[in-house]
Amino acid sequence: MSSLMLLIPLALLLGAIGLIAFVWALRSGQFDDLDGAAHRILFDDPADTSKSKEDHHA
Amino acid sequence: MTPPTLASALTGAPSFATGEAQCLHCRRPTAPADRFCCAGCDAAYQVISGLGLSTYYARRDAAEPAARPEPDATRYALFAREDGSGWALDAMVDGIDCAACAWLIEEALKRSRGVEAARVSLTMRRLMLRWSGAREDAERLGRIVTGLGFRLAPYDPAKVGSAADHEDRRLLLAMGVAGFAMANVMLLSVAIWSGGADMGEATRDLLHWASALIALPAIAYAIRPFYASAWAALRAGRSNMDVPISIGVTLAAAMSLYEITRSGEHAYFDSAVALLFFLLIGRFLDRRARGRARNAIENLVSGLGASATVIEPSGRQASVPLEALREGMIVLVAPGDKIGVDGVVLEGRSDIDAALLSGESLPRAVGPGAEVHAGTINLLAPLRIRAKAVGEGTVLAEIRRLVAIAEAGRTRLVVLADRVARAYAPVVHVLAAATFVGWLAFADVAWQTALLHAVAVLIITCPCALGLAVPVVQVVASGRLLREGLLFKSATALERLAQVDTVVLDKTGTLTRGRPTLRPDPTRDAVALHLAAAIAASSRHPLARAIVDAAPDVPAASGVVEHPGFGLAQGEIRLGSRTFCGLPPGEDAESEAWLTRPGLEPVRFVFGDRLRKDAAEAIAAFNRLGLAVEILSGDRRAVVADIAAEVGIERYQAEADPRAKTARLAALAAEGRKVLMIGDGLNDAPALASAHISIAPGNGADVATLSADAVLARDALKPAAEAIRIARFADRLVRQNLALAVLYNALAVPLAVLGLVTPIIAAAAMSSSSILVIANALRLNFAGGTRP
Repeated sequence: MSSLMLLIPLALLLGAIGLIAFVWALRSGQFDDLDGAAHRILFDDPADTSKSKEDHHA
Repeated sequence: MTPPTLASALTGAPSFATGEAQCLHCRRPTAPADRFCCAGCDAAYQVISGLGLSTYYARRDAAEPAARPEPDATRYALFAREDGSGWALDAMVDGIDCAACAWLIEEALKRSRGVEAARVSLTMRRLMLRWSGAREDAERLGRIVTGLGFRLAPYDPAKVGSAADHEDRRLLLAMGVAGFAMANVMLLSVAIWSGGADMGEATRDLLHWASALIALPAIAYAIRPFYASAWAALRAGRSNMDVPISIGVTLAAAMSLYEITRSGEHAYFDSAVALLFFLLIGRFLDRRARGRARNAIENLVSGLGASATVIEPSGRQASVPLEALREGMIVLVAPGDKIGVDGVVLEGRSDIDAALLSGESLPRAVGPGAEVHAGTINLLAPLRIRAKAVGEGTVLAEIRRLVAIAEAGRTRLVVLADRVARAYAPVVHVLAAATFVGWLAFADVAWQTALLHAVAVLIITCPCALGLAVPVVQVVASGRLLREGLLFKSATALERLAQVDTVVLDKTGTLTRGRPTLRPDPTRDAVALHLAAAIAASSRHPLARAIVDAAPDVPAASGVVEHPGFGLAQGEIRLGSRTFCGLPPGEDAESEAWLTRPGLEPVRFVFGDRLRKDAAEAIAAFNRLGLAVEILSGDRRAVVADIAAEVGIERYQAEADPRAKTARLAALAAEGRKVLMIGDGLNDAPALASAHISIAPGNGADVATLSADAVLARDALKPAAEAIRIARFADRLVRQNLALAVLYNALAVPLAVLGLVTPIIAAAAMSSSSILVIANALRLNFAGGTRP
């Protein structure tokens, strides 16, 4: 019983952190482009593109 | 096929085997010796490889060819707005068909001077651009994107779709809150359920209070969309499904709170939040599917020229937005630009493409004194036009109004799910009330217990499955249709499409490609065609383009002079109309061009419209689906009869004007037919709006795509037949899902009325029925291509 006094608030706290993270993500526009987000991760490789830029100037 | 590498592009080594030459940029076939099909593609390719972004070609989906760059006359600076220390521009982007395109645009812009942020939303097909420096940099940055082959339509974010975006976010937030609450309350509920009799009363109360602490604020927040809708319905004197949902959830929460204040055993917090969560999922999916279609349409219709060049009395030229145009102003329209006003030509000779207004695929020659209309495109030479009517006064706006009237007159269809809900909602109220009264009257219980049982009835009957049954199927179906190349913009379109038993097709631009093609002629010698193609290569006139298409590997001749409205001349050689070539006037039944050379017989080129590649196939598919097919065309009888015979259609009506088309559709409707109308031109727009359901090809007139229920995204007709098949399957699934939901109620309601339903049974029944309905809808994704 006494352990519940600690565990329930703890569970709530963890849940609340998740909710706050979700609200933050929503506010910062991360849910605005759900189709793009799925593919974008495959493309962001600035190291590679800067390398080919050098190739071009060489 | 290997994508061209950077090295091969720089050294000029051909990366394709000869014989199947393709343009390096857009991958359309090209002459064997050429690397590019046009100068625009060449430039785009140089830009892309110059920026080190050649991986774009490896990354893009090969299904669709890349867009060809077109001349771009938009004045982007007019649409730039101040944003902090710099400038910002929002634009809809046409031509994005995969994530690689979005990536390419962002990278190309980010490498440009002054750009602070460039973000493309793949879902919305929109670009958000921010830069520091001068406002006029907008022109340079805009041209970077259009130079890659995309088209930009700047818009004012304050006017377009911001309310809808806001609403989307609120719904998503409500869903997130409900989901969070459900997960945590369920966690506590599982403890209560599994604790059972072993659990002390104090522990149970503690867990109940913790549940209440999470659930009550969450419910108060997440129920708002349902309250709003229920309130709107009640105020209009109707009842919808949101009324029992709102009452059920509110009562459940209130009753549970009352129960736990007196250490009761049953609390329904878990059911209440789970119900809200499932219903919000359904609502969010529904909104997203509709929003996708809405975006697509907004992007399609935003193509109208957004600014015009005005010549002021002082002789100075100024760019102004279309809204600022006034009657009597003199407007300068450059070749390739859309004319923004109705007016009279003061100066200049040119050809104009009036396909948008008349559906006529051949351009019309205009000179001083000729009347021109908004929405037509100036093809050849600059024109000075005195505006007679602007904005809402133009012929184009008039036809749009006609469409709006026809749309308003369309029989207001009640969607199946709404009909079910309308019949269902009163039953739920009556059942719950009867349970309450019944328990009070026939059982010796306190009123609280009776109310608890009544609340259990409301929760059990609250149609989680019913709320999900339709949206889930619609989302799966619209996703499937999008892959087939069909965009829906009306929520009820899917259901109406499933009922179709007759297909009516327009001819020009729908069954045919809507642009002139050179007819083969065995008596014409190859040298003449070669020469004609060389001369025609420098013109943008559709007939000239058709000649070039017939002989694509001919280099352009030099020294060609274009005489707008007449033809082309290279020294003594002339290519153009009969009179221009100095020939005696003859019958002009068919569109033709002549080539005259000194000392040689004149050569005649005849043009016709060609059938779409998949036209016959699509008609056969319609027939297989058991649909009656007919053609309704404004063209001449002989032409329509030929086409009808060629694709295998028996019924056709020729020489039909917009009024006759609408009348024919009304006659069919009077026979009790459910008609699918497929048409592309402005002259079809009223007919499209008055049909049971309508589809417009994506390359059709703006007004046609506006008034149609669905738009074909690709240059093909067959997806329409496939769409009917999918719609029918989806309709079956919706009915199955509704039947499942009703069956589940038939089983669970008696238990609830008898007071046997505990929170755990309610939660289990609700989740299982929802999952069943979702799983059933997903079958649509796996339905093969053979089922009728």
